Order: sequence, then C-alpha cells, then structure tokens
Amino acid sequence: MASHYEAPIRKPLVLGDKGYHDVSVDIARPVEGKANKQWWIVFTIALVAFLWGLGCIIYTVSTGIGVWGLNKTVNWAWDITNFVWWVGIGHAGTLISAVLLLFRQKWRMAINRSAEAMTIFSVIQAGLFPIIHMGRPWLAYWVLPIPNQFGSLWVNFNSPLLWDVFAISTYLSVSLVFWWTGLLPDFAMIRDRAVKPFQKKIYSLLSFGWTGRAKDWQRFEEVSLVLAGLATPLVLSVHTIVSFDFATSVIPGWHTTIFPPYFVAGAIFSGFAMVNTLLIIMRKVCSLEDYITVQHIELMNIVIMITGSIVGCAYITELFVAWYSGVEYEQYAFLNRATGPYWWAYWAMMTCNVFSPQFMWFKKLRTSIMFSFFISIVVNIGMWFERFVIIVTSLHRDYLPSSWTMFSPTFIDIGIFIGTIGFFFVLFLLYSRTFPVIAQAEVKSILKSSGSKYKKLRDAGKPLYEMPKRGETLASAVAPVVEGNKDEKVSALMEKLGAFNPDTDTADALQKIKGVGPQMEQVLNQIGIFTFAQVSKMTNAEYDLLDSITEKFPGRAQRDDLAGQAKLLNDKKQ
Amino acid sequence: MYTFSNRLKIGAIVAMVLGVICLAYGFISAPSTVEESKAIMAASHDDGHGGGHGEEASHGEGQEADYMEESGHGAAGEHGEAHNAEHDEHVFHQLQNRPWSALYVAAFFFFMISLGVLAFYAIQRAAQAGWSPLLFRVMEGITSYIVPGGIIMFVLLVLSVLHMNHMFTWMDAEVVAHDELIQGKTGYLNPTFFLIRAAIFLGGWIAYRQYSKKLSLAQDEADDNKNFKLNFRISAAFLVFYLISESMMSWDWIMSLDPHWFSTLFGWYVFASMFVSGITVIAMVTIYLKSKDLLPEVNNSHIHDLAKFMFGISIFWTYLWFSQFMLIWYANIPEEVTYFVTRIEDYKLPFFGMLALNFIFPLLVLMNSDFKRVNWFVIMAGIIILFGHYMDVFNMVMPATVGENWYLGVPEIGGILLFGGFFVFWIFTALTKESLTPKRNPFIEESKHFHY
Repeated sequence: MASHYEAPIRKPLVLGDKGYHDVSVDIARPVEGKANKQWWIVFTIALVAFLWGLGCIIYTVSTGIGVWGLNKTVNWAWDITNFVWWVGIGHAGTLISAVLLLFRQKWRMAINRSAEAMTIFSVIQAGLFPIIHMGRPWLAYWVLPIPNQFGSLWVNFNSPLLWDVFAISTYLSVSLVFWWTGLLPDFAMIRDRAVKPFQKKIYSLLSFGWTGRAKDWQRFEEVSLVLAGLATPLVLSVHTIVSFDFATSVIPGWHTTIFPPYFVAGAIFSGFAMVNTLLIIMRKVCSLEDYITVQHIELMNIVIMITGSIVGCAYITELFVAWYSGVEYEQYAFLNRATGPYWWAYWAMMTCNVFSPQFMWFKKLRTSIMFSFFISIVVNIGMWFERFVIIVTSLHRDYLPSSWTMFSPTFIDIGIFIGTIGFFFVLFLLYSRTFPVIAQAEVKSILKSSGSKYKKLRDAGKPLYEMPKRGETLASAVAPVVEGNKDEKVSALMEKLGAFNPDTDTADALQKIKGVGPQMEQVLNQIGIFTFAQVSKMTNAEYDLLDSITEKFPGRAQRDDLAGQAKLLNDKKQ
Repeated sequence: MYTFSNRLKIGAIVAMVLGVICLAYGFISAPSTVEESKAIMAASHDDGHGGGHGEEASHGEGQEADYMEESGHGAAGEHGEAHNAEHDEHVFHQLQNRPWSALYVAAFFFFMISLGVLAFYAIQRAAQAGWSPLLFRVMEGITSYIVPGGIIMFVLLVLSVLHMNHMFTWMDAEVVAHDELIQGKTGYLNPTFFLIRAAIFLGGWIAYRQYSKKLSLAQDEADDNKNFKLNFRISAAFLVFYLISESMMSWDWIMSLDPHWFSTLFGWYVFASMFVSGITVIAMVTIYLKSKDLLPEVNNSHIHDLAKFMFGISIFWTYLWFSQFMLIWYANIPEEVTYFVTRIEDYKLPFFGMLALNFIFPLLVLMNSDFKRVNWFVIMAGIIILFGHYMDVFNMVMPATVGENWYLGVPEIGGILLFGGFFVFWIFTALTKESLTPKRNPFIEESKHFHY
C-alpha cells in the first residue's frame, strides 16, 4: 500500500465521526435489518418487468426470431444494440476495481463493490442476447470449440463473434473471482456479527473460512494485485473485441480503426453513468452518505466528462476522416447518419454523449446530486442510441437502393429489453440486501489517512488514539459515576436519557431493536426506559452505566449499537 | 542546483558537430540530377542491395504508383519508355528526399519526446497526483525543448512548403493537378492552412508550457495556493486542446506524407508513441540526476512507478498498433491496406523489428517488479524503447518519402546525433536554471513520503 501520509488539502473520503466499529455497524445494517416498503415496491416492479421479459423470450424461442422487427436489410438491430450496451455498462466495475487500484485511487474503495456487482449483473444481461438470438438456446454450447461428435461444426476462429465468446466469458469469470475475493473479509465480518445460526452458517460458507490472520491479509493483497493486473488488459480487450464485431467488416461506418479504443472509452463512459445512477439511489436508501460522499460523485462525474470528451473527439475524427478519405461510401454513411431518416437518433446521441457531459466542467453542477443523477440517465440513453446509430444507420442503406428500408421494433423487442432492465434490478436489489455493499475492510484501511474524524484530530495536533490512563478503565474515564448504589446509577442514567411520562408518551416496542430481547426489554422498562427516543440518547457512558446496573449483558448494548438502531426506528416512527 | 557537467556538455556538442557533418555529407552526396541518381542506383545494384529496384511490379509505393496511373501517363505503346523515365525521376526524388527525411524523422522524434512529457506533466497536474511533484522540475526541464524543437519543426515544414524537398507530395501542384483524390482534400491539405494549423498547435503547446512553468515557480515563492490552483485549471484546459491538436498534428505532419491513406486511429497511435518515449526520458533523466545525488528525495518507488508507466504504455502502444494493423489487414480494402503492404514488402526488418523492440522487449524486461527498481535496468530498457520508437517514426515517414530506397546510414545517424545532442544540451542547460526540488507544492510532502 502507499504511504499513509496524506496532504492536508485532500478532502476526507469518510465523513462523520466514524471509528472502525462504526464502519462495521453502518455497512452491516442493510444486511442485518429488514427491507422497507420502498424496497419491496421497487423489487416488485423489477420482478414484473423481468417476468414480462421472460415471457417475451419464451415467445421468441418458441416462435422464432421472426417475432422481432428485423428484416433482410436491417438484420441486426436491438439484439446487438442491447448486447453492446450492457457489456459496455459492465466496464466501469472493472475499471474502478482494477485500474483505479493500480493507480492507487483511494476513493474507489467506497464504490468498487457495487460497481463490480453491477459489472457482473450487466454482463449476465448482455450474455442473454446472443443466446436468445441463436433460436435454439439449448445448443448454446455449440459456440465452444468442441469436437464434432457433440453436434457442432468446428467453430470459425476467424470470426470476431467467436472472439467475443472467449473475451466475455473470461471477463465474467475474472470479474466474479475478483469480486468474491474482495468480499471474503466483509462476509467474514457479517458472519462474526450474525446472531441467528442460519445466517451465521450461510455467511461462514460464503466467506470461505476467512480468519483475518496476517497471512490471510498478505495473500489477499497479493491476489488482488495479480487479479487487477489481469483485469486491466481484460477491460481493454472486451470492448475492443466487441468493436471488432463491426470494425473487421467492410461496411461503411463500421470499418474504422479508431473503433477499439473509442468503444472502450464509450464503455467506461456509460458504465460510470450507470454507477452514478445506482449509487446516488443506494447511498440514500441505505444511508451511506458518509461513505459515498459528494466528492465520490464529483470524481465519477469527472470521469464521465473525460470519457465523454474522448468519445466526442472520436466522433469528430470519424466524421473528418470520412470526408478526408475521399471514399464516397464512407462520406455517404456519415452524411446519412447526421441528416438521413435516422437524424434524430444521431442528434440524440450527440446531445447526450458529447454535449451533456460538458456541463461537468462546472463545479456547481458536478457536485449537485440531482443534476448528476439526471446526467447519468441522459448518458445511459445516449450510449444506447450510439450503438443503435452505428448499427442500424449503417445497415439500413446498403449498396442496393431497392433494398433500403427502416427498422421498427416490435413489442417483443421492447419487452426483452425492458425485461433485461428488470432482471438487472432484481439482481441488484437482492444484492443490496444480502451483500456488504461497501468494501468495509478496504475502507477501514484508509480510515486513519482519509477519514474525517482522524483528519480533524491530526489537524488539531492530537494523537489519533489515546491510551487510557494507568489504573483507570476506559469506562471510568468517560463515566465517572460507576461508584455508588444502584438507585443513584439509575437516577444518573435517567437524568441523561429523560424520564418517561406515561400521560404524554407512548411506550415503544423496544424488542424491535436488534439485541434487545424480552428479558432486556423488561430490565429497561424497570429502569424507566420505554421509548426509542430515550435509547437513542445513549452513548458509551450510558452503556457502561446500563451494564453496571443490569450486570447481565456486558458490552452487548455497545456492540449492537442500540442508540443508532433506536434513532433509526424513532425516525421511522415519526 | 544542478551544474551542467563538462563531460556531458562536451559529449552533446561533439554529437551535434558530428551530426552536422553527417547530414552535410548526406545532402552533398544526394543526387542533384536524374543522371546522378541513376548512377547511384547502378552502383548500389552492384552492392547487391535491393536487387528488385528495377522491377515495376514490386513497386509497392502505393500512392506514388497510384498517381502515376491516374495521371494517365504511359498510355499503351509508349508505356515502357515513359514509365522508365517516370521511374527514374521518382527514384531521383526519393534519393533527394533521403537526407531531408533523416533530418525530419530525428527532429520530429526528439520534439515528440518533449511533447509527450508535456502531456504527462499536464496529466499529473490535472489529476492532482501525489507521487510525482518531486519530478516536476525534471519534466519542466525536458519540456523546455518544446520551444526550439517546435521552431525547428516549423522551419522544416516551411521549407517543405517552399519545395526544398519532395516529402509532402500533395504540396506539389503538378501532382495535385493529376490526382483527383488529393484534389478532394485541398480544402484541408493546402500549404497555407497547413502552416496556420502548425502555428496554432505549436503556439498552444509552447504557451501552456511557459505559463505552467511560470506558475510552478511562482508557487514556490507564494504564501497561498493560488498559483497551484490556476495551474490545475489551465492543465485541464490544455489537455482538451492537446486531445484535439495532437491528433490533427499527426494527420498533418505524418499521415499526409501518404496523402491517399487514412486511418482514424492514427492520431492516438502517434500519441502512444510520444507518451511512452516521453515517460522513458523522464525516467532516464531522473536516474541520471539521482546518480549525481541531485534528487536525494526521489526514491526507488518513484523509479518503480515510472518504469511501470514505461511497461504499461508500451503495452498500450502495442494495443493501438495491433488495432490499427489488424483491422486494416483483416478488412483488406485496397485503399487502406497498401500502407501495410509497402511496409511489409520493403521494410520487413524495421517494421517487425520495431514491434519486437517496442513490445516484446519492454514486456519481458520490465515484467518483473524488482527489475523496475534497478536503475541500470531501467536505463537499458529505456534505450531499447527509445530506439524502438525512433524506428516507429522511421516506419511512419520513410516509406512515403524515400520508398524502398531506405537505409540506416550516415544521414540517419547524423540526424539522431544532431538532434540527440541538441536535445541533451538544451534540457540539461534548462535544468541548471532552477532548483530541482519544488518547495511549496501542496503535494510535495506526499511525494517525499511516497513509498510503494
């Protein structure tokens, strides 16, 4: 790892007064808690969309590809557009986790987990399209070079479509391994906190027996670096090979040498837009604003701006060289894109991909959450249109004017596309409730250098950690009232938390707080604690007081962060 | 403060003098008439070099052959004789171009190193990198060459426009008159606009370099971060300008040497070449200064990072080389593929040799992470990379200007010596002017503590 020193002008990456334990609590919360109503609503919508898409897929497979809007001139349209769109979205995950790791960008740690999850889920969506397009998906294994007695003819190694099979399956496997490796310490954290035996069992299976010894960590770091080194050329290769699907041909508008790097830049561009879309929502829903900060969003916007500009530069290069080449077919292809019957798609693409990211030059706009969210959606739309423009406008005017035609999607085309969006969100929503959505082990590794709490201590010239004075326990250092009899303690505690007035206040079901069982609730009630509001006022001093009064559950209240939970429950009540 | 060591200074001056002598020899020995050129060709046939020169069929020089066909010369009966005379004049032009091309390739190569460093420097500033500020003075020293190097490039372009040589065939009104394809491009490829563009590019690059350097020095004396912030902003703006101007520059100064050929990737391909050469030179100059104990705070980790960039960008260069080559080779469209046909038929060794130098060597040599910290190892790898990228520029320029009559002989070596000597002389003189360690860069402490 790079050194722990950080220039004072760098902004903190973890906001709030967060210590190591707070990070665990905050990140385990969505996994340990229960889903709220909004989650169920969104999940239901996504599931319905997915089921609709599934219906359309079944209809396509059982009837034939004729149910799509393809014709003999435009014989490749939404299927490949959606495929490229989804593959492209996947790129941000690997870029964040691998390339930014190699460049030692600490801010990636708050977003890499979700970005990688997004990668895997979107590559799954992408993979669906070629398989459906085969017509007989049960023969999908024929794309692999297996001997003829299994039924296939030996595959054509000259075809970039076959290279795609290898590139994307490699990409999916490496991304999956990379993602899971990073997850191991975090799954172990959840396993160690789990109270229910079933949960504990599941998470100990998922964490592959992670123990957290120094040796584990050493191997973990080594394997992360090796995987990052492997994944970096993979990011380039996947979309490069996707671009070869078009660029190796001799179709005007497709055959151009800038395609490989320009497709990669476009993929990163669309991927970051999707990360922004997902994380702006997730930070709110899972209350992770202290980890996925405005600065993170700003940096992602800058990446969007840079890659958008590179893509814009490539568009202009293509246009210019089409003119410069003197090849009239090339010239026509580009003229037709901009002014032909699909002009609206071309200008939608230009507006969304080239003009809209330029707003990010203004600090006010790129630090505005609402605006970032809006632009991220715009970019996603624009990048879908980019693929549509490249594919359909080049095909719909072929060399024989009598076969010139247009493409119109059928309900099935639309249904399958919407279905993949639904499937994607089903997966992502399930993920957000069962996986640690932030790489907490990694975030902890930068907490001292980049956490706001420690930055403030450093600026004030104070040590980052103070040993308790000799002869005193930590508890006595903060709560000097442990002496005395029980009644005194109770009154001291109630003084802090405020008394419960049965006439005006109503008692809450304290058992809703995780870690408070019937016995604990009874004890709390005996002391005079009945409401979430009272519990939420507790700090370490009160926990110690409580422990010394009850003498039954030492350390429990602090571990389960009763106050934090109670605060949330109280907020929800109001 | 660094003082220019006498040995290095004398070395640089000797190289320049030798370079001038070699180039002068190149210019004097170049033929001044078609007859002389024929005599030279006959002599070289005796040497057994390039036995196929007489054969029209192997004349892979795409665009030259094209324009001869299109110009309608050599109809039916008189074909043989007219074509022979054409051929002799063509070879004569190529031989005349040779010292000019040697000069041009070397001038461009060393200029592009400083331009590559400038891009790297701007990226470090715009990205607010914490590891590199200790190297800023070194980079500023290397980019100082952009001023004389840029002026030399401009002068060479003006001389081409003035028909001192035949490197850019599209500047020849006679050629354009018979060539419909070039006629279609005259809106862009015309001498006036060509020079205006060159002036804008060079003006922009030099202006950024000088202004950024000024702010960088002012930051050391200031008591706030205003200069630093302004430098961050102008660096970001410069990168936008650079993204566009670098591509156009490479179309103008190199791609238009083959005026029929086109490739959308060409600008980025040239960028990768200049970027890796630039980073290599940063590493080499840093190691040299460190060996003199002048950069005491630059540690192994900084060298390691530079070597990682040399490794990574070498692979990135190969990626772009492969993308351009594979797509054109696979599609096999005559207008485009002629570019590589020429290179593979007439330049087999330099073409594939530079691929080995620029890809296989850096890949194998710099793969091991321990080796990236061994200074002499990095220097050796750097020499290979620099030579490889000189050959890359050679392969981009020569087939268009001298065709199959290429040599790595006296004028070519003279060009490298002249501009190499001048480059070393200029940048090390610039390095003596300022303290080698920035004082008040807000990230300087991060850079000093940098440990990987």
